[in-house]
Amino acid sequence: MIQRWLQHILAYPRLVTVLCLLLIAGSAIGIGNLYFRGDYRIFFTEDNPQLLAFEQMQQQFNKSDNILIAIAPASKQVFSADTLDLVRQLTEAAWQTPYSIRVDSLSNYQHTEAIDDDLWVADLVAEDLVLTSPELEKIAAVALNEPVLVKRLVSADGAVTAINITLQLPEDNLQQEVKEVWQAVSDMLQTFEASHPATEFYVSGVVAMNHAFAYEAENDVKTLIPIMFAAILIMLAWLLRSVLASLATLIIIVVTVISTLGLAGWAGLFLSTATVNVPTILMTLAVADSVHLIASMQFALRRGDSRLQAVQYSLKRNTMPVFITSATTAIGFLTLNFSDVPILRDLGNMTAVGVMLACLFSLILLPALLLFLPVSAGRHADNTAGSADPTMLWLANMVIRRQQPLFWGMSILIIGCSSLITLNTINDEAVKYFAADTEFRQANDFLEQNLTGATTVDFVLAGDKAGAVNQPEFLAAVAGFTSWLQKQPEVQHVNSITDTIKRLNKNMHQDDPAYYRLPETPEQAAQYLLMYEMSLPFGLDLNNQLNLDKSATKVAVSLQNLGSKQLTAFESRALAYLAEHAGAYSASAASTALMFAHIGERNMASMLQTLPLALVLISLLLVFSLRSWRLGLLSLIPNITPALVAFGLWGLISGEINLALSVVAGMSLGIIVDDTVHFLSKYRAARIEGQATEPAIRYAFSTVGRALWITTMVLVTGFAVLMLSGFRLNSDMGMLTALVILVALIIDFLYLPACLLKFDAKEYKTYATA
Amino acid sequence: MLQLNPGITGIVLLVVSLLAMPAGAAADEEKGLQIATEQKKRDTGWGDSESNVLMILRDASGSESIRRMRTLALEVPDDGDKSLIIFDEPRDVRGSAFLSHSHPTAEDDQWLFLPAINRTRRIASRNKSGPFMASEFAYEDMASFELEKYHFRYLRDEEVNGVMCYVIERIPADKFSGYSKTIAWVDKEHYRVQKIEFYDKKQSLLKTLTASDYKLFLDKYWRPMLLKMQNHQTGKSTDLVVEELQFNVGRSAADFDVNILDRLR
Repeated sequence: MIQRWLQHILAYPRLVTVLCLLLIAGSAIGIGNLYFRGDYRIFFTEDNPQLLAFEQMQQQFNKSDNILIAIAPASKQVFSADTLDLVRQLTEAAWQTPYSIRVDSLSNYQHTEAIDDDLWVADLVAEDLVLTSPELEKIAAVALNEPVLVKRLVSADGAVTAINITLQLPEDNLQQEVKEVWQAVSDMLQTFEASHPATEFYVSGVVAMNHAFAYEAENDVKTLIPIMFAAILIMLAWLLRSVLASLATLIIIVVTVISTLGLAGWAGLFLSTATVNVPTILMTLAVADSVHLIASMQFALRRGDSRLQAVQYSLKRNTMPVFITSATTAIGFLTLNFSDVPILRDLGNMTAVGVMLACLFSLILLPALLLFLPVSAGRHADNTAGSADPTMLWLANMVIRRQQPLFWGMSILIIGCSSLITLNTINDEAVKYFAADTEFRQANDFLEQNLTGATTVDFVLAGDKAGAVNQPEFLAAVAGFTSWLQKQPEVQHVNSITDTIKRLNKNMHQDDPAYYRLPETPEQAAQYLLMYEMSLPFGLDLNNQLNLDKSATKVAVSLQNLGSKQLTAFESRALAYLAEHAGAYSASAASTALMFAHIGERNMASMLQTLPLALVLISLLLVFSLRSWRLGLLSLIPNITPALVAFGLWGLISGEINLALSVVAGMSLGIIVDDTVHFLSKYRAARIEGQATEPAIRYAFSTVGRALWITTMVLVTGFAVLMLSGFRLNSDMGMLTALVILVALIIDFLYLPACLLKFDAKEYKTYATA
Repeated sequence: MLQLNPGITGIVLLVVSLLAMPAGAAADEEKGLQIATEQKKRDTGWGDSESNVLMILRDASGSESIRRMRTLALEVPDDGDKSLIIFDEPRDVRGSAFLSHSHPTAEDDQWLFLPAINRTRRIASRNKSGPFMASEFAYEDMASFELEKYHFRYLRDEEVNGVMCYVIERIPADKFSGYSKTIAWVDKEHYRVQKIEFYDKKQSLLKTLTASDYKLFLDKYWRPMLLKMQNHQTGKSTDLVVEELQFNVGRSAADFDVNILDRLR
């Protein structure tokens, strides 16, 4: 039936080409709908519990999206007239940042003081203050003794200070908004860098992270796609030795990528840090289909077939393998739908659709093109089409001769490598998604070493009625929690309302240090806060620490950068403390870092549950295409072990599994299965013809050995290109996938034959077809 | 304060340089000042007042919280008005009292009496741009309307709430204001403020105030019974509801003396 269908296509090449072009053009229009999203939310589903907790907290208190600018003067002395003046000017300028709702700095810190009988609330470094040395000393003394400031806006040694800009992004077009903020901050800093050449500035914060996500993705597009194109051109020239054949392949690759992106646009998908690499992955996967088809055709041409005959021959030989391998690859990528991370689902779906489009275009458009184009037969004998290859034959003989040591040696090696899997731990730190040489990572590392940890966790403690925060018991619980937090080794800074209230109590008693303690009655606490709030200027209110009816308060904690395991452990420890010591109040924790810390494990759990399903589906496809239950079962060995070995080796190389790596097993399964299909189908064909195991293995090696070697090189190169990404989710995924594919080839060549010799020695019934 | 008069706004910030302005601009400024002057004139002579006010605060998710207070106000002919706010709710601040003597050009004098420690504290008046009782109103939004506090410019005529209005830009003269400018819609018939837009220092729209339920007092003075302040950046809002308002209640300067604060309750 397929043959008849193919005859139709070859009979009307022009019509087929026009129809394909219409399909491509129709899809391509969808590209206009594509847009880019670089914010961290793309990693989370809308019902992600950590995201929900975070959003609920943001609605009750002001948003915590921010830009943190660290200022490091060469003199390592922030309390100089020059630097404080810079801080003052930069603070003023920072208010001009688009969407800013608050700016906190050393200069506008609202210092409170009792002067005579009055409460004086004012900027620590007032606008018109002349910065003489006694003033500087006073400012330093206040700042370095203020728990709200030290290790948050000024380092304990006074060498580095920071300005925190809180932003309220409307999120109508988040990408554009982030870009706008980043541009404004960069422009502002450029001016200050010019006027203060001896001062270093570092930009961090949630919005900087969002920008870095987008920037690195853009970088991937700018650098990886051209490299990939170049790599493919080189590979095609090497494989096909024909300019026109390479051109035909390129056309298939390009229309596949364009249609896929277009269909994604129609489907309402967006591009993200994960999906920008779909073109790169597709190019890699699509190249194999075309190479197989063209190589077969060139073989037929060399044999002396006419162009039409050659194309017919090629289609006859390749239709089924191309379809099966595409389908298994698509299934592998579709397993990403079980991921907890929306952009990984998009990556899976886009690639799966793209792979099937590549299959369609290779089987329909490519033959039509090959009929038009005077493709040459290629200059040298290409063995993908079937004639014996001495290297492969040698390999086959070697494998057969050494079958015993290979079987046991490889078994031990595979088990040994697999056992290294335990060296891996799940770890998702958004900061570490960025390579150490990226601007964002450097800013974070600097902050971490010189000011405070860039990881934050916000805790909300809530009483059951309005004004609960003012109750002495409640304040005592918050103060107890605050000092418990300060004692934790990973904690760098705690921003708690109780520090402010203690200070106000002291201020209300003529700055008597003995009164630096919590007030005794709820009325006192409430009225001190009333007084303080009445004295605060625009944007510096307490709404980020207290909710509207003062039934809840937010305690913001900065931590040194922690792995996701340690961070979730800290979270449970803190919540356990609260359950024990503040059980009367409800407590919750949230932050972007916590969201990432949890997503890795959730994602891994769901991906591990999906793997068996993918394995069963793909194995059934194999059983169907090989028409043999025994070979289907045996194929499990070369299909499962490469991922086990590669993940074991990963334990030696890195040992960190992030959310992109947890999908590699499922995704690569669909790709490596192709090798098994090709090898076993040739092997089986020989067995059915009546050959014994050994000659059948020789036949398989000599017919598809070189093709497997070549496609593996293409795939490894393609995924290795991803390693150049500055974004570790992409570079790690590229590296591990390349590793799995390489290991798969080694196992197919060295272990699968030994297994066949051991478990498939029984003679086949020789029947024509199953 | 809380005069609830037609010019219920305050404002402030950088004094715009008037030098480099085109010729038509001067005429618009003239017209703006004329309208503001007429607005102020129509609200002169009310003497003293007393009101009960309810504030309903809403956060971005719609959760509500309320504040209640009583306000006393006294018109001072050649100076800024005097006002006294006594807080009733939340209960833990009940009896706290905020006294303000405003001045058109000099800094205002402000005191806060705290019953929990039975003390009165003067508070710095520079910081009047922050939220009042954590609401979306800043103290400067509620301070008495004085011509000297702004530079005016007439922009256009426009209909709002079904009435024809003058649209006036007001640039605060005080550099400690939280705003770069405000734009007020003042109706042509009674010179009542219908709407005010507040722009923050980066020139972005921050809040919109809508005044409604105007009532006529003493056959002469219009007062809004409902003021709605919507913050466009944070999604929070505050309704200020005047539950009761009386004029000529017999208050005098003595009722607004700082020494009276600790004898209140």
